[in-house]
Amino acid sequence: MEKYNKRMGDFRITENAAIAENYSLLKLIPVEGLLSDSAIRPGQFVQVVTPNNATYLRRPISICYIDNDANEMWLLIRKAGDGTRALCDQPNGATINMIYSLGNGFDLSEAGSSPLLIGGGVGVAPLLNLGAELNRQGIKPTFLLGARSAKDVLLAEEFAKYGDVHVSTEDGSAGEKGLVTTNTILNSEFTHIYCCGPMPMMKAIAKIAREKSTPCEVSLENVMACGVGACLCCVEKTTAGNVCVCKEGPVFNIDQLLW
Amino acid sequence: MANLNVNIGNLSLKNPVLTASGTFGYGEEFADFIDLNRLGGFIVKGTTLEPRQGNDYPRMVETPSGMLNAVGLQNKGVEYFISEIYPRLLQYDSEIIVNISGSSIDDYRKVAEMLAPLDRIRAIEVNISCPNVKSGGMAFGTTTEGAASVTKAVREAFPKTLIVKLSPNVTSIADIARAVEAEGADSVSLINTLMGMAIDVERQRPYLSTITGGLSGAAVRPVAVRMVWQVSKAVKIPVIGLGGIMNGRDAIEFMLAGARAIEVGTANFINPAVTVEIVDYMNDYCERHGVKDINEIVGMI
Ligand SMILES: Cc1cc2nc3c(=O)[nH]c(=O)nc-3n(C[C@H](O)[C@H](O)[C@H](O)COP(=O)(O)OP(=O)(O)OC[C@H]3O[C@@H](n4cnc5c(N)ncnc54)[C@H](O)[C@@H]3O)c2cc1C
Ligand SMILES: Cc1cc2nc3c(=O)[nH]c(=O)nc-3n(C[C@H](O)[C@H](O)[C@H](O)COP(=O)(O)O)c2cc1C
Ligand code: FES
Repeated sequence: MEKYNKRMGDFRITENAAIAENYSLLKLIPVEGLLSDSAIRPGQFVQVVTPNNATYLRRPISICYIDNDANEMWLLIRKAGDGTRALCDQPNGATINMIYSLGNGFDLSEAGSSPLLIGGGVGVAPLLNLGAELNRQGIKPTFLLGARSAKDVLLAEEFAKYGDVHVSTEDGSAGEKGLVTTNTILNSEFTHIYCCGPMPMMKAIAKIAREKSTPCEVSLENVMACGVGACLCCVEKTTAGNVCVCKEGPVFNIDQLLW
Repeated sequence: MANLNVNIGNLSLKNPVLTASGTFGYGEEFADFIDLNRLGGFIVKGTTLEPRQGNDYPRMVETPSGMLNAVGLQNKGVEYFISEIYPRLLQYDSEIIVNISGSSIDDYRKVAEMLAPLDRIRAIEVNISCPNVKSGGMAFGTTTEGAASVTKAVREAFPKTLIVKLSPNVTSIADIARAVEAEGADSVSLINTLMGMAIDVERQRPYLSTITGGLSGAAVRPVAVRMVWQVSKAVKIPVIGLGGIMNGRDAIEFMLAGARAIEVGTANFINPAVTVEIVDYMNDYCERHGVKDINEIVGMI
C-alpha cells in the first residue's frame, strides 16, 4: 500500500527572479517545518494556489530544485495563462499555499553510469533536481537543453554544476541549430534517457530511444484538478489501461505508454 | 458543544459532513491531510457492475468559479471494490457509502445486491444522474418513470438506507424527488453536475473529449441551493445537499435551505482539509447562534 507523506502548507517567496522573457524562478521556504522531512524525490510536483484567486483550481508545477541546507524549494514557471502569470508576478515575501510533494518521481536506480537528461522549454525544471541527485550518487549526467533562442536557454549555469550541458536552439543563436531531436549528442551512447518537455518533443525522443534500445522515462503534463489521484481527470492511456498521471506518474517509462 | 448528529433514514451520522462521489477517491487519497474519522462519512467513487475505463482524455477544464468534467465513471467494478477496497476502509469509523451506477436497471440491481451483505456499508447512493455515460444514466434521471423504476429495483435488492442522487438537468426536480420517494427511497441527494460545455476558441475545438461535461464547483451553488429548497418542501424524506460547497458558510446555507446533511465535492481539490474545517465551522456556528442541535436549523427557510 502507498505510503502517505503529502502535506499542505504555506511557503514564503524569498526570491522571485525573471530569468527570461515569460519565465520566473521562484525560491520558496516553508513557513513551518523542514523540506527534508518530506523526502522529496526528483520528478515530483506541487499543487499551488494561485495568488488573488487568479484561478479556481490549483496549478501543478514541478519541483525544480530542493536545497535542504537552505530549506528552500525552487519552482521554474512559464507564463502560460492567468494562474502562472499571477505566480510570476508575486513579490518577494509573498506567501503561497502548496500541496506537496506529489506523484512518483524518476527512477534513479535505472540511471546507469551515463544518463542523458533532455529538457525542452520549461520542461527543464524537474531535471535540475534530478541532475543534482544523480550527482550526489556519484553519477555525472549529460544534459541536453532545448529552447527557441539563446535568451530562452534556462538555468544552463545551474545544470553545468552537475554535468556537461549541450544546447539546441531553433534559431541557432546558442548551441546547435534545430530541435533537441537533431542534436549530435544523441549519436553518443547513454545508459538511460530522462525527458521532459512539450509532447511532440517527448514523443520524438521516445522514438529515438526505442531505435537505440536505450531505456527512457518521460514526465507528462496532463491537465489536473486534484493532483492526488482522487478525481481521475488527468488520465493517460497505458499498457495497464487509463491511469492517473498525478499519482502513477507524472514520470512514466515509455514502455508503459501507448506511444 | 452542539449536537451535530443527524439521521438519514436508519443511518446515523456523527455529523452532517459527507464527501461527494468522484471527488474524494476512496478517502485514502486524503488521509495525509485530514483525520477521516472526523467526517460524518465518505461516499466513494461511482461503482459499476463491470470495470470501466471511462472517457478519453481530456476530461477536465476549468471554467469561471468551477470546472467541467467528463470522467465517465472510470472504476474497477464492484467485485474489485468488495475484495480490494472495502477491507482497507474498515479501519475508519466514519460511514462508508457506495455510489452506484449502471447502464441498465439490472446492473443497478446486481450491484446493490452485491453490496447489501457488507456489514459496514449501511447506505448506498444511487446515481441516476451522471451525464457522461452515453446510454443509461441520463435517461433514468431525467424522467419520473426512469427514476422510479431504478429506485424500485434497487429498493428490492438493498434493505438498508437507500439514497437516490438526483440530476439537476430536468424541468422539475421536485417531481423526480416525489417519484423516488414513492418507490421507497430513504433520502435524496442533490445536485449532481449541471450539463455544460466550453470551447477553446484558438484551437477551435471543445476542451473535453466528450464535447459536453458536468459543471461543478462554486458556480453551481445558487442553482443547487434553490433545488434543495424546492425538493425539501416537496418530500418528507431527508434531503442531502451539495453543489459548490466551498466552506462552512456554504454548508450552513444548504442546511437552512432544507438539507439534513451535505456533501463536499470539488472543494476538496482546492483545500484537501476543507471537510474537517466545515465540521469545526458547524460547531462554531451553533455556538454563535445558540443552537444546541444542528437539526434545529434544517429547513428554517
Ligand atoms: C505534473 C506537472 C508539472 C508541471 N510543471 C510545470 C513547471 O515546472 N513549470 C511550469 O511553468 N509549468 C508546469 N506545468 C504546466 C502548468 O501546470 C500549466 O502551464 C498551468 O497549469 C497553466 O495554468 P494557467 O492558469 O497559467 O493557464 P491556463 O489559463 O489554465 O492555460 C493557459 C494555456 O495553457 C494550456 N494548459 C493548461 N494546463 C496545461 C497543461 N497541464 N499542459 C499543457 N498545457 C496546458 C491551456 O490549454 C491554455 O491554452 C506542469 C504541469 C503538470 C501537470
Ligand atoms: C471529477 C468528478 C467526478 C465525479 N464523479 C461522480 C460519480 O462517479 N458519481 C456521482 O454520483 N457523482 C459524481 N460527481 C458529481 C459530484 O459528486 C457532485 O455531485 C458535483 O460535483 C457537485 O458538487 P460540487 O460542486 O461540490 O463538486 C463527480 C464530480 C466531479 C467533479
Ligand atoms: S488530477 Fe485528480 S486524479 Fe489526477
